[in-house]
Amino acid sequence: MNVLVRIKRYDPEKDSKAYWDEFRVEADPIDRLLDALNTIKWTMDGTLTYRRSCAHGVCGSDAMRINGRNRLACKVLIRDIGNRVTIEPMLGYPVIKDLVVDMDPFFEKYKSIKPYLINYDTEPGTERLQSPEDRARFDEGTKCILCGACTGSCPSVWGNPDWVGPASIVNAHRFIFDSRDQGGAERLGILGQREGVWRCRTIFNCSDACPRGIPVTDLIEQVKRAIIYSETKGE
Amino acid sequence: MYYKFDVVIVGAGGAGLMAAIQLPNASVAVLSKVYPTRSHTGAAQGGVAAALGNQEEDHWKWHMYDTVKGGDYLVDQPAAEVLTREAIDAVYELEHRGLPFNRTEDGRIDQRRFGGHTRNYGEAPVRRACYAADRTGHMMLQTMYQNAIKNQVRFFNEYLVLDLLLNEGRPCGVVALEIRTGVIHTFHAKAVLFATGGYGRAWRVTSNAFACMGDGMAVAYRRGIPLEDMEMYQFHPTGLYKLGVLLSEAARGEGGKLLNGKGEYFMERYMPTLKDLAPRDIVSRCILQEIHEGRGVDGKDYVYLDLRHLGAKVINEKLPDVTDFARNYLGVEPITEPVPIQPTAHYAMGGIPTDLDARVVIDPHWTPLPGFYAAGEVACVSVHGANRLGTNSLVDLIVFGRRAGKHMAKFITENDYVQLPPQPEDFARKLVDSLYSSTGGESAARVRSTLQNEMDVRVFVERDETGLRHALDTLDGLQEAYTRVQLQDKGKTFNTEMVEAIELGFLLDCAEATIHGALARTESRGAHYRTDYPKRDDENWLKHTLAYKGGKAHDVRLDYKDVLLIDDPIFKPKERKY
Repeated sequence: MNVLVRIKRYDPEKDSKAYWDEFRVEADPIDRLLDALNTIKWTMDGTLTYRRSCAHGVCGSDAMRINGRNRLACKVLIRDIGNRVTIEPMLGYPVIKDLVVDMDPFFEKYKSIKPYLINYDTEPGTERLQSPEDRARFDEGTKCILCGACTGSCPSVWGNPDWVGPASIVNAHRFIFDSRDQGGAERLGILGQREGVWRCRTIFNCSDACPRGIPVTDLIEQVKRAIIYSETKGE
Repeated sequence: MYYKFDVVIVGAGGAGLMAAIQLPNASVAVLSKVYPTRSHTGAAQGGVAAALGNQEEDHWKWHMYDTVKGGDYLVDQPAAEVLTREAIDAVYELEHRGLPFNRTEDGRIDQRRFGGHTRNYGEAPVRRACYAADRTGHMMLQTMYQNAIKNQVRFFNEYLVLDLLLNEGRPCGVVALEIRTGVIHTFHAKAVLFATGGYGRAWRVTSNAFACMGDGMAVAYRRGIPLEDMEMYQFHPTGLYKLGVLLSEAARGEGGKLLNGKGEYFMERYMPTLKDLAPRDIVSRCILQEIHEGRGVDGKDYVYLDLRHLGAKVINEKLPDVTDFARNYLGVEPITEPVPIQPTAHYAMGGIPTDLDARVVIDPHWTPLPGFYAAGEVACVSVHGANRLGTNSLVDLIVFGRRAGKHMAKFITENDYVQLPPQPEDFARKLVDSLYSSTGGESAARVRSTLQNEMDVRVFVERDETGLRHALDTLDGLQEAYTRVQLQDKGKTFNTEMVEAIELGFLLDCAEATIHGALARTESRGAHYRTDYPKRDDENWLKHTLAYKGGKAHDVRLDYKDVLLIDDPIFKPKERKY
């Protein structure tokens, strides 16, 4: 089928501001939208710029705003979008060129919540034990591929780009609720501050945007409750 | 710009990061052409093998036996011993570092079956693969990246390696392109590790990411370092039909079975003991035989992977991601329908030759190139021989990534910097400038596409002399066409057209070494099946291929290196039956 692909373009070396470009692409209904972008790049306009790697939804490179929602271009099929699609870079991130945004601030926020296991005990000779129930407690957050789709869909981030954002909180949740971790208080201290969880207004855009099906807003709520509970407990 | 670090690691997948986190007291730079969490290690699904014995009795020596036999005896046996012994401790290290493995009822790391992994030297399948649902590689990559953050490793994200710097034959750093700005940088280092992964994009139907373009292999090859056993390339039996996206072997580990167009579970006919859990090279050949003999589905070139009998609970809990791929991309519901699959290009057993400490060795006499290391898929140590067992790629990453890191830690305290050669960036600048200035009118996409079609047809599961000679002639033409590749994008900022063109050059080099090795090896062993030489020939071919770059496609020089065997009758080469 023939698809009209509208893409927001911007090349800092040539353009004073972004503009809309259009391409007509022949595509199979079961092609990925990423395939259509590749067709454009490889046969029509080599300057079209976007990120991609695994092409099956696990590496998180090709998050972009597709018909107004953040999606991975490799997880959207042509048959799902019909014969017309609009693609923009994700909001909430500085644009580098075309659909490529600067992810450095995103990863800096991720680092700020100490995204690693903190455990002060001596390591045992074999594995640390953990029950299947305790393991299940933080399973959702482990699915995160750090694509940034949730953070780029969040109006609280758009309003305040310095805010830590949903992806970082999901990853904090992954450790706070891991029975092996002893850094929960440190992380809750960070997230209990002004730029922490409280800027979340429970809008649910993040949950809708997540290509991994993580219930992002629920996990943020769990972190909020943990902060309230631990503060109460502390006093 | 000029940077100076004790250690420069190129590649931020499992091997590169595992090495990086072994170096807490050194100055370490990790260069990655993608953000580290995008690395292809993250796509690994099924598990990481280690004889923990959490589910049933197991021993590293059984694992070693399976590895050696699975590799059709082209495995260097001392390396397989290191791999399987140290796998146990390396898995515990990852658990301690936070990797969220699935757990047994008593809280230990859960383990499941995988192809070619057996108890008591081939008796029956054993539960050896430690796993985290069907996203073990994702969890591993995340855990290692998290630990690298904890260790404050310095990352240079979206930097593409262009050259390995040698001064009078001694490694002293790398040159890389900063993709965001188009600026070329020199990294001066005492030790350099290549951990850049494989080159699965040389084929069209592939499980590999767009990033898997053979960067490290080609950069080393261009500097006179040989590539070992490149003809040994694995085609995974179960890629989604036409797409090549992987459906993990874990699906068969959990009980999934292959089904032909006549409704027969055909693997029991070929391999009565291990059936669907026979090693990948064998299963891929069996699928092709079914197709050749008219038992593909609807007479076409695919068969089914049948998971229906596993039930919704097992599928949803243990195979959630891979079954989602079938739903998303083929519109097939694995709980109620069989999934169309075909063999897909998957893994390079070959690569840059290394020793047990991941040091690069450059000739049949194991002469090291001091300060240059390689680990992971880019390297050939050789633990996979002629065919890798499922889950052993992740084992390779953690064991030899760790060994590389530890050896480099020692090396940098005992050695000083080698001076950079004059004009270190010359070679890289010429490469980039010639692409900017080319007016040849050729399209990189066309050259790449022609290569992929040729490899899919003539350098696939089955090969023969006529086909391989044809492939070599095609490659010769493509190398000539490559010199005429012209870019539309002449900009400096995030020029992915430039990146793709440079990568295409890497891919052509890897294909060249692959075809030459395959043409010369007149036997069938593991993944290398020659229809004109269908038998294994230990008398003449129990040896590793070393391919050295010449000028053009036809000018490759081949040399050979003995396979290292251990004096133990259990590991003596014999016929492979399952």
